[in-house]
Amino acid sequence: MQPLKPATPLTAATETRKIYRVSELTRLIKAALENEFGSVWIEGEVSNLRRPTSGHLYFTLKDAEAQLAAVLFRGNQLGLKLELRDGLKIRAYGQVTAYEKSGQCQIVVRRVEEAGKGSLQEQFEALKLKLAAEGLFAEERKKKLPLLPQHIGIVTSPSGAAVRDILNILNRRFPNLHILIAPVRVQGEGAAAEIAAAIDLLNARGGLDVLIVGRGGGSLEDLWCFNEEVVARAIARSRIPVISAVGHEIDFTISDFVADLRAPTPSAAAELLVGSKEAFEQQVQRGGARLARALRTQTLVWRNRLTAAAGSYVFREPQNLVRRSRDRLGTLRSAMAHELRSAAQQRSQQVDELGLRLGHQIELRRTACRQALQDANPRMARALRATAQRTAQHLQELLLRLGHGMTVARTAGAQDLRRVASQLNALSPLAVLERGFSLTRTGEGKIIRDVAEAPVGTALETRLAHGTLESTVTALKKET
Amino acid sequence: MADKLTEPTPSFEKALERLEQIVAEMEGGKLSLEKMISHFEEGSKLVKFCSGKLNEVEKKIEQLLTKDGQTTTVPFEPGQEV
Repeated sequence: MQPLKPATPLTAATETRKIYRVSELTRLIKAALENEFGSVWIEGEVSNLRRPTSGHLYFTLKDAEAQLAAVLFRGNQLGLKLELRDGLKIRAYGQVTAYEKSGQCQIVVRRVEEAGKGSLQEQFEALKLKLAAEGLFAEERKKKLPLLPQHIGIVTSPSGAAVRDILNILNRRFPNLHILIAPVRVQGEGAAAEIAAAIDLLNARGGLDVLIVGRGGGSLEDLWCFNEEVVARAIARSRIPVISAVGHEIDFTISDFVADLRAPTPSAAAELLVGSKEAFEQQVQRGGARLARALRTQTLVWRNRLTAAAGSYVFREPQNLVRRSRDRLGTLRSAMAHELRSAAQQRSQQVDELGLRLGHQIELRRTACRQALQDANPRMARALRATAQRTAQHLQELLLRLGHGMTVARTAGAQDLRRVASQLNALSPLAVLERGFSLTRTGEGKIIRDVAEAPVGTALETRLAHGTLESTVTALKKET
Repeated sequence: MADKLTEPTPSFEKALERLEQIVAEMEGGKLSLEKMISHFEEGSKLVKFCSGKLNEVEKKIEQLLTKDGQTTTVPFEPGQEV
């Protein structure tokens, strides 16, 4: 190793020379290196990679001109996203230091990235292209969510906004759902590996219908673990359908593309599950109600038809039939009587009127004749008297004929009445009588409704279908 | 008909589909009285079955706890750090 300072004459500096012990100097070198450089990013090619039983990784980073020892302690390997191998070009981030035991300058690596990767956005696009090319985003790969997911695994931070939002919805809506939270970190180094492991673990446990993988919103860096390949691959190999629920609606992550369903936010994912359950509850409830209503409606339709048929006139108590016919007969009879009465009245009125007019005419002529007689001479008066007498006789005849006419008219009226009455008879409830019912009347034609109306000895006339029986009441039996 | 229910645990989806079908047929008003009654009975069973399915899961919120390589489930305590 080169001396730290330019060589000075050994003799001259004897008194002032400071002699370090090796350990002392190496400690100073280590401190100087750490102070001077601190943590840096370094890019180089991995070579001479060794993994002793301790689990730490030792390798050399080199480029064309130089090399530097590097160590990646086991504790820092957790979030390692790429498999180190000789020849791999990497970017390492770590503390520049010196290893005192060998006095060797080295870098203690804490993060490793594949070299040649660009910005986060470029990495995102590159991974998206790669996975898309593998067909991981293909529609036909996507598993159908179960119709009624009831056992739900959630891969997220137990202290994050996602859990809070999801539980808010569950507590507000009270669905009977079984939630199993797999607690993971959702940002920073190592988060992606934890998320991937949790997805695998939940798959191994089984018994879940669907997984929600996600976190609340954040910066691109915060959400980055959902853009990492390990997470994408874990989602892709999950046998349980996965709903990706990362951040705000506008942020799309690689997880969103791989997942079987993308929910814009964790709340939306919970809404989706609770909502579908509620919808089913309603559907079942409505189905039950419709079932009952359909039966009720149809029964009513049948009942109405039955009532209409059974309630038809002939099925009802037969005495109703008799009563109705009797009522109708009565109505017709009184209507007929009224008609006849008014017809007769009208005619006698006409006769009265004619008589009156005639009498008036006679009176006029008499007066005229009398006047003429008075005015004429007695001969003329005699002749006139004779004429008057003839006229009076003629008038008498006319009056007689008039009277005759009236009688004829009255007789015709009576004939009409008889005809109508016989039509009326034809309307009588003969059909009922045919069935064995009979009408019993007193000799005066009064219909017997009660035994009290026919004391012993009353002559009865019983109307049957084809004739009339005449009988006398010999005994009464009153039924109450 | 009724023996559809004796199948080994019909899926919720199948049951719901059948229920919808039965209801539609009943509402069509073209069934005989016997059919109507048997449909109603089957439908009632399906409603009961579906409601049962919807309520078979108890509301439960748990989280995984890994300790000494063993993973168990414990009731979830909100706000807990990993």
